Amino acid sequence: MIYLRLIWSYLKIGLFGFGGGYAMLSLIEREIVGPGWITEKMFTDIVAISQMTPGPIGINSATYIGYAAPMAHGFDHVLWGVLGSLLCTFVVVLPSFILVAYTSHFISRHKESVAIRGIFKGLRPVVIGLIASAALLLMNSENYGTSTSEVVISAVISVAVLAATLMTKIHPIILIILSGIAGLIIYY
Amino acid sequence: MTYIKSQSIYFQLFSSFLRIGAFTFGGGWAMISLIEREVVDNKRWIKREEFLDLLAVSQALPGVLAINIAVAVGDHLRGMKGSVAAALGTIAPCFAIILTIAVFLTPELIQSNHVVSSIFRGIRPAVVALIVAPVITSAKSMKLGWKTLWIPVVVALLIWSKLPWISNPILFIIIGGIAGYLWLRRQERRLSMARIEREEKEEGL
Repeated sequence: MIYLRLIWSYLKIGLFGFGGGYAMLSLIEREIVGPGWITEKMFTDIVAISQMTPGPIGINSATYIGYAAPMAHGFDHVLWGVLGSLLCTFVVVLPSFILVAYTSHFISRHKESVAIRGIFKGLRPVVIGLIASAALLLMNSENYGTSTSEVVISAVISVAVLAATLMTKIHPIILIILSGIAGLIIYY
Repeated sequence: MTYIKSQSIYFQLFSSFLRIGAFTFGGGWAMISLIEREVVDNKRWIKREEFLDLLAVSQALPGVLAINIAVAVGDHLRGMKGSVAAALGTIAPCFAIILTIAVFLTPELIQSNHVVSSIFRGIRPAVVALIVAPVITSAKSMKLGWKTLWIPVVVALLIWSKLPWISNPILFIIIGGIAGYLWLRRQERRLSMARIEREEKEEGL
């Protein structure tokens, strides 16, 4: 049952998504692309769409994948998609309610304790690794193309966007729009 | 005039977070300063120190950061009902926008429409670069030295390798937390042992 599998996946994403949107990506990739709910390409497209629209990636991906996954697996009425959207979005935020209600007092009272400081000291380098793994996972032929010329063009776009992000203050949305225009000019 | 004033706190929480949710691009981190300005400066719902406490807890918990903050602020003001109002406000705009996009910009359209597919072929490598950037900046800001740099490298390579059991991000989150705790406990023990030794020496003199 696709809905139960999606709910289970997003519950895990909500419960173990430490370190913000990008750090959640490798978990989402494993849970959603791994079993074949959506393709690698679509996953990257959702990240791009998330960047260009308001709202956190965790919510945006739950809404989009909750809609698209059932539609791609036989539940092809709009309402089935909307149901999936609602369920995934609800489930990904559910742990926040429970954890904030029941653990926030404990955490703020013990935030100086060795246990809590240690856990977060240990999580920090792992979170960087998680983000890096998402980048590595996305460096594939679905996103960079298969022909030599397309790989080269893609690599140039990547390097240019990376340099612009690190060295200038140009907003990521502008960079995505520029890359889209470049794609349109080159490939159309 | 009075009916404007009598807007319930739940509605105010909902509409404040709705505005924040509708106008912040780039997720949690971009939202924090907007939320702070709204709930601390404009609405005066909570004091700045309290907000910073809530923020610390929201960052410590798993899940979507923006939602954690909304839930924590709502919970702080009016318990569970308040947190539901704040979270619904945060979610509503992006849910509506993404659902609309999902209905019209289907994977088939991206694949089959030549204009759309050309645009996305340009965008995909840019997205990868946008994910690489925070890796570099956060590694720099954390001052990862050669002693700790291996941790993210090993984590990233093992997840990337897609080995059956090992490549699970959840596994590394659990190991990282436990290892961090054990490491810090040993550090603190050593420190206190050294202090006791020093004190004993001083007493001996």
